[in-house]
Amino acid sequence: MPSHRRRHPHFRRRSRHVVRYVLLTLGALVVLAPIYLTVVNSLLPVSALAQRPPPLVPTSPQWGDYATAWSQGDLGVYLRNSAIQTGVIVAGQLTTSILAAYAFAFLRFPLRRVLFVVFLATLMIPFEVTLVTNTTTISDFGWYNTFQGLTVPFLATGFGTFLVRQAFLQIPRDLREAATLDGYGHLRFLLRVAVPLARPALGALGVFSFLAAWNQYLWPLVVTGNGNGVRTVQIGLKLLQGTQVSHLNVALAGTVIAVVPLLVLLVGFQKHLVRSLTGGAVK
Amino acid sequence: MAQVVFREATKTFDGVTALDHLDLEARDGELLVLLGPSGCGKTTALRLVAGLEEPDSGEVLIGEQVVNDVEPKDRDVAMVFQSYALYPHLSVRRNVEFPLRQRGVDPAERRRRVAEVTESLGLGDYLDRKPRQLSGGQRQRVALARAIVRSPRAFLMDEPLSNLDAALRLQTRADIVALQQRLGTTTLYVTHDQVEAMTMGHRIAVMDRGALQQVDGPQAIYDHPANAFVARFVGNPGMNLLPLLAVHEGPPAAYGDVPGGTVPLGAPFVTDPALARAAAVVQGASSPSLLAGIRPEHLRLGEDGTIDATVLIVEVLGAEVHVLCTLLDGTSKIVVRQEAAARRPGAGEGVRLVASPGTVHVFTGVSGARVGGSS
Repeated sequence: MPSHRRRHPHFRRRSRHVVRYVLLTLGALVVLAPIYLTVVNSLLPVSALAQRPPPLVPTSPQWGDYATAWSQGDLGVYLRNSAIQTGVIVAGQLTTSILAAYAFAFLRFPLRRVLFVVFLATLMIPFEVTLVTNTTTISDFGWYNTFQGLTVPFLATGFGTFLVRQAFLQIPRDLREAATLDGYGHLRFLLRVAVPLARPALGALGVFSFLAAWNQYLWPLVVTGNGNGVRTVQIGLKLLQGTQVSHLNVALAGTVIAVVPLLVLLVGFQKHLVRSLTGGAVK
Repeated sequence: MAQVVFREATKTFDGVTALDHLDLEARDGELLVLLGPSGCGKTTALRLVAGLEEPDSGEVLIGEQVVNDVEPKDRDVAMVFQSYALYPHLSVRRNVEFPLRQRGVDPAERRRRVAEVTESLGLGDYLDRKPRQLSGGQRQRVALARAIVRSPRAFLMDEPLSNLDAALRLQTRADIVALQQRLGTTTLYVTHDQVEAMTMGHRIAVMDRGALQQVDGPQAIYDHPANAFVARFVGNPGMNLLPLLAVHEGPPAAYGDVPGGTVPLGAPFVTDPALARAAAVVQGASSPSLLAGIRPEHLRLGEDGTIDATVLIVEVLGAEVHVLCTLLDGTSKIVVRQEAAARRPGAGEGVRLVASPGTVHVFTGVSGARVGGSS
């Protein structure tokens, strides 16, 4: 009897674990299956793509499709353009978010709360609502088909300001005051103390804005035209798909190439990302 | 080094007076303790000196200079915060040299000063550690090192020991006193702990509700509290304050009625005219308008006692025993401090208390101001 009592809670705990892992595995399968199928299909010969059921393992990988996608799709140019666009947007968002967040967190000025609410309110306006106005503005500036046109509308973000402000608010007031007594003005305190201490949040913001900028499709489509001068990799992939209708595997190879920078980034910044999202949850 | 002076300094926050016409001077080289309960204005006073707050009116002087409009960095004062305010992302070395970098001290001199200060505080082995890798006491010493490394004109310390455990607090208390004596730097030290104030301060400024209550040496404050607040706040336990129902001139000296008995007031009216005046006042008052103050160590239990009381609780502290009693009115409480060897009464036991002659203070009941009594 006593041994039964001892085993019972252990059994319940174990079965709870099993259920949890089964659910997690199912979730992971749902997320990873499309990625896996994309990679597999990009390595299959065209003839195998039509098979039903489709093969789940490429028995003789067609690596040549990657070279075809790279050369025929001009992916080198598109990736460079995306890198410039994304780099500018990430740097811009980090800079403006840091400066605005510092003001909201550390400075006292009239209408501070109201202005912060206005900043937050911008999060509720979908990008599509401002698409036409922004397009007109970009045209009026003569920025059609330029990197300015691609990037300037995205250089500031309410989300980034909010995220960094929350991180700055965690910095004890005593630190600011100690730095004041040591002769550190706002800019020095920002650069020497606040930014280093907010690194996890800044890392997360960098990753979020990188993902959003890299994956942009509608805006680059609207503000870039013929010729591949500034077109980004997402537009490039769509064009590649158009020219390779009968070679879906080549288009998929191009997609895999375009995803590689994101994977590298996510693996590199995973720690920052998780720390930022769980920051403050435990002391 | 310099004196720090408040002249009629007043500060309000959203209509609440945090500091009310403070007139106070920390003399050159002195360790002046600002003592009081939470919200008494002691930290506000410190922040006025640091320049982290500006007075609404009045002046703050460091040395001969009025510093109301001087930037905090130009006041040449160093502050040690309750939370230590160490930069968590910097090593001990970088934390300590932080103020020197801003002042453009050259690297060789910086290294020399950091080494000297950290060595003197026993931090030499921890220079490359981050604050999170240090114990509370070590962090506290880093905060001290950062303050003294720039040789400021004055130190401002805001409850620097309150985050330490009891044993470490005792040790660090002695370290700070020794350090202050060695450096001879004027120090304003804020605390709510009266033991800290008594043991550390050359003088103590007791504050309450934004106003200075008394400033004097530790023993003088203990022996001659200026009012009922100081009497109650300084001392552990604080002074017993009992309603003084009547004051009589009786041979050989004055005595007063308290609930359940009488206490000797020490001096005949002729030598303490304030008592005579108080006697006249209390005679005409409808409710007790005077308080008799007796330190717990000036009371003892004895058959010859003049106050009847009932024992509530007996607290054993090892070297001494505190006996908490109620008087006959049922509301007044009184604490007796006696040696551990003395007979300990049980809870609920009726006892008689004796107040030593010449030890009873008299305060007004309304303002709490000292009237007379023990000299």
